[in-house]
Amino acid sequence: MSDTQTLDRAARAMSLVDYRDTANLKQLPTRNGFGEGLLEAARANRNVIGICADLSESTRFEGLKNALPEQYLEIGVAEQMLVAMAGGLAAVGKIPWIASYAMFNPGRSWEQVRTIMALNETNVKIAGAHAGVSVGPDGATHQAIEDIAIMRVIPHMFVVVPCDSVQTKKATLALSQTFGPTYLRFAREKSAIVTSEATPFEIGKAQVFREGSDVAIVACGILVYNALMAADKLSRERGIECRVVNNHTVKPMDEAAILDAAKTCGAVVTVEEHQIHSGMGSRVAEILAAKHPTPIEFIGVDDRFGQSGDPVELIEHYGMGSAAIEAAVLRAHARKRA
Amino acid sequence: MQTLTPQRLRELDFKATDVREGIIRALLAAGSGHSAGSLDMADIFTALYGHVMRHRPEEPNWPQRDRLLLSCGHIAPVRYSAMANFGYFPVDELLTLRKFGTRLQGHPERVSLPSVETTSGPLGEGLAQGVGMAQAAKMDGADFRVYVVTSDAEHQCGLHWEAMMTAAKFKLDNLLCIIDRNFIQIDGSTEEIMPLEPLADKYRAFNWEVFECDGHDIAAFVATVERAQAVKGKPQVIIAKTIPGKGVSYMEGDYTWHGKPPNAEQAKTALAELAATRERILAHV
Repeated sequence: MSDTQTLDRAARAMSLVDYRDTANLKQLPTRNGFGEGLLEAARANRNVIGICADLSESTRFEGLKNALPEQYLEIGVAEQMLVAMAGGLAAVGKIPWIASYAMFNPGRSWEQVRTIMALNETNVKIAGAHAGVSVGPDGATHQAIEDIAIMRVIPHMFVVVPCDSVQTKKATLALSQTFGPTYLRFAREKSAIVTSEATPFEIGKAQVFREGSDVAIVACGILVYNALMAADKLSRERGIECRVVNNHTVKPMDEAAILDAAKTCGAVVTVEEHQIHSGMGSRVAEILAAKHPTPIEFIGVDDRFGQSGDPVELIEHYGMGSAAIEAAVLRAHARKRA
Repeated sequence: MQTLTPQRLRELDFKATDVREGIIRALLAAGSGHSAGSLDMADIFTALYGHVMRHRPEEPNWPQRDRLLLSCGHIAPVRYSAMANFGYFPVDELLTLRKFGTRLQGHPERVSLPSVETTSGPLGEGLAQGVGMAQAAKMDGADFRVYVVTSDAEHQCGLHWEAMMTAAKFKLDNLLCIIDRNFIQIDGSTEEIMPLEPLADKYRAFNWEVFECDGHDIAAFVATVERAQAVKGKPQVIIAKTIPGKGVSYMEGDYTWHGKPPNAEQAKTALAELAATRERILAHV
């Protein structure tokens, strides 16, 4: 039974839905939120355009394509062209959203992203679809798990990984109105919607989705749901209270929120559907190593490639399921006492 | 575009010599940089800034300006020298080329120097961005033109061909690509390293309108631009035959000058030769 009144104070403050009510929890792919947000942004500002590299359905460009065809360009399978052409359009005042699978853009187009978008300071927005091993059956070639690393290392870049489709829509709208090169990452599969229309969203502002002072779980993307489920179970079964932080903006990261979580809890677990090396969790580690050394456990893919399989099966296999998060919390908790 | 009178043509020829002198002085001061391509595009850049383009040196970000993208960013000295000689900034600033704190970065940066339009240096990317600018003009009903200067060796980059396809698809007749066809690259001759010929036919096969001209004949270049811009519904390319190092006889045609600057003695010889060229032009006025 759904009962938001019994959610903890932080979750109520954030207007979350009752994510524990798995039977009634709505599920949609995060990319759906992109399609809706883009259409709304393009309706509000005719300079907002979409450029597609032959993946209009998968990247959810169809809404824009059908409703506002004059604000939509199709250039075929050419991801370097996607970035470079968008750079030219942006130089003349357009706000281009360019979308492909994350593996190809920014995967294939990285140097163009660095030079034409970032060094050049142009207002180009990348929507990276099908990130993570949860892409599933397509296998390793199509599972981007290095994209956060290659984007967060670039100066000026916004890197945003929303937690569900509702938040992805808000992020798309907010980023459309924020000048600067941008990477917005989303996933292929349906995932739990934990936020509601009323949940606030601000670029660069991490959100506490659950209060607790034993261990902080800092998560981004669709795994925020797994983090919440792990925290709920740890509370019920072991009396360990986790703070769960939805760290949707990987760059610029909300340092104050990270430091506050570390100081309050004394131990941190980072959770992302990405290589552990150089991802969101690595940035958390950089901040804490420099300013408040804290035991950290990292949930993510540990220096391996993905493979074909069912999305849930792959999330479990690569150690990113809620049971793996629970185990990481226990390890972090033990290190705190040591 | 106005008519190019004989008097104006002589002035431009003279100015091209000034542009070459600025290149030599800048490269000498920098102690590194690319001589051959910079010198061989001096006539075309002089024609562009001095006659072809709609621009305002005193208002570099004027929204209605024609856009000139230098895809082969390593020949930045020719653009910088042309900009200085046409009033964008003092000619003396050319001596800051490649030095700490300069606006004249080793490869041009949009954020450093207004109106360079984009940051370039990584090859094969200029046309693609020019396509974006030309498409934006079409979408907005703006009448500025987009000029993209590329090297020949850049045609070895895949992205350039993606841009060629895209320009044709969107019928970008407000886009003119100008190729510095000097047949050299760092490692030697383009035709030995990765043959580009038949280059004109390749553009035609990609649905471009193709023109060829002598890249050192300003009158011929201007006339070719006029013919190109009369084309409707297709992007245009001018394959400009150039002599690497043009204007400095000991550099001409020698690929080893692609990526190095003259030393003090060599610069002195070059400047003396350019002074003599200037005298010859004046004698004909």
